[in-house]
Amino acid sequence: MTSIERVIRFRRYQDIGFQVLGASLTVIALLVLGALVLDLAKTGLGRLSWSFLASFPSRKAEQAGIASAIVGSFYVMVVTAFTAIPLGVAAGVYLEEYSRRNWFTAVIEINIANLAGVPSIVYGLMALSLFVYTFGLGESILAGGLTLALLILPIVIVATREALRSIPQHIREAAYAMGATRWQVVRYHLLPYSTGGIATGVIIALSRAIGETAPLITIGALTFIAFLPPTPFSPRPEEDGGGLYGPFEWLDSGFTVLPIQMFNWVSRPGDAFLANAAAAGIVLIVATLGLNALAIVVRNRMRRRIRW
Amino acid sequence: MVTAGLGTMDRPGAEQVEVREAALREAWSAWPGVASGRHVPPPIKADVRSLSFWYGKVQAVKNVSIPIADRRVTALIGPSGCGKTTLLRCFNRMHDLYRNTRYEGQIVLHPSGTDIIDRGVNPIEMRMRIGMVFQKPNPFPKSIFENVAFGLRMKGFRGRSEIADRVEAAIRAAALWDEVSDRLRKPAYDLSGGQQQRLCIARALATEPEMVLFDEPTSALDPVATARIEELVQSLKERVTVLIVTHNMQQAGRVSDFTAFMYLGEMVEFDRTEKVFQNPGKQLTEQYISGRFG
Repeated sequence: MTSIERVIRFRRYQDIGFQVLGASLTVIALLVLGALVLDLAKTGLGRLSWSFLASFPSRKAEQAGIASAIVGSFYVMVVTAFTAIPLGVAAGVYLEEYSRRNWFTAVIEINIANLAGVPSIVYGLMALSLFVYTFGLGESILAGGLTLALLILPIVIVATREALRSIPQHIREAAYAMGATRWQVVRYHLLPYSTGGIATGVIIALSRAIGETAPLITIGALTFIAFLPPTPFSPRPEEDGGGLYGPFEWLDSGFTVLPIQMFNWVSRPGDAFLANAAAAGIVLIVATLGLNALAIVVRNRMRRRIRW
Repeated sequence: MVTAGLGTMDRPGAEQVEVREAALREAWSAWPGVASGRHVPPPIKADVRSLSFWYGKVQAVKNVSIPIADRRVTALIGPSGCGKTTLLRCFNRMHDLYRNTRYEGQIVLHPSGTDIIDRGVNPIEMRMRIGMVFQKPNPFPKSIFENVAFGLRMKGFRGRSEIADRVEAAIRAAALWDEVSDRLRKPAYDLSGGQQQRLCIARALATEPEMVLFDEPTSALDPVATARIEELVQSLKERVTVLIVTHNMQQAGRVSDFTAFMYLGEMVEFDRTEKVFQNPGKQLTEQYISGRFG
């Protein structure tokens, strides 16, 4: 056997070796994940029913449900999305397209990168002093949504910048050469072309926010709630003054969210409540996976529509 | 909309015309060889006077002066890195998009007499008056129609039918109409490379610019598509002034009326194209033309 053949044979073994290693590690990771989901399903699936989804929490495990947690999670996400998306996208566009590269923007950039790594409970602490006490928002949906918005802001900013950066420079030059202003280039070209990337980042960020517990507990979200936030324009009870609720009164309402409800049940004695927690966990996982699937669909559709 | 600056294009009074003609004669008088004898010099559309340009500390264009003849094709040739593209991009102030760039000298655009690189002149106005076609076809990821309509919308056109008419006229002028008239709403990226480049030319023509800059427009195209673009460039000079950068000397010979040869940021020779190619005045030009370097 010549030396070249030996070298080639050795490198083929190397190749095969790495393939086997990679495949087995992937399988292990998937097995662990699968076991977790299965275990969750085994414990919780029996509790999952319409009445579970539509009932309020209760002292009796069999009667307890997650209605207030689902609605609370939804409302908090609405606040988070409406705050984090405009702020994050605007900041990303500014940093990528407008700002000059100097020490000031370098400091901002490093800070954003670091903020993404700050433990979420620290955000909770900050939000407690800023939103709850200083702004006097109380333990409300508004305070909770703003807290999570703060938490995912760095992710949205980074996703926006990545999406903008993936637009080739010659497209910008083509637009500028037509006499477009910076704003026109952003408005008519860069934002439309980066919508897919930005949307993907935003959805991933929201799917992280929906599972956050610590910062919301820190700002004092309730763990036991037997009412829903007032639906806009629904009738207000007579003893509360009558008439209709305003469009934004729900912002001021107390709330709980799915992970907090889970946490509450896990910490109670008895298997019955554990089953409730597992059932709520299934709902939460479905919501998260749903958001992630949506992100993949959005990304693929945009990829098909835009080529350079 | 930034249309206010376009007022400088208004028809000049008789007195101004006289002054300008004198200015034109003076401009050409710097080029006695080019505009002498039986060659009646065309009016000058843009007069590059002692133009220098820096990227940071690197000087890419060194004290270049060239007259750009009105409704003629002027070619900039020279080896890679000679500054021809840099010079071209001064005309629509593309360098303003990047930091650490500096112009010196003048590019006077006639008949308005605007100094293109003057700090007081808005680069957006210059880009609306001077169109550009890039090296690589770079249509927007929009429909064929929207690609051409974009410049019109930037310029403030609003009427649907007027925009449609102008889009059609521009696509016809770019010799693309027969190929795309039935699929104007389809994505521009479905077109072939050559068609995309003609679409980019249509996009540049739609706003009726005074001048169009071509930056090696055929370097990414096959020979057939190249031939069509060259034909198109020549037909364009009936309506606009053309300044074209090219790597391909045969191309410069085929399409241009005037040629400037640049080397290491300096303008080595400027003359009528047939003179530059058949009887160059400088040895360096002769060496480049005959392919001994570059």
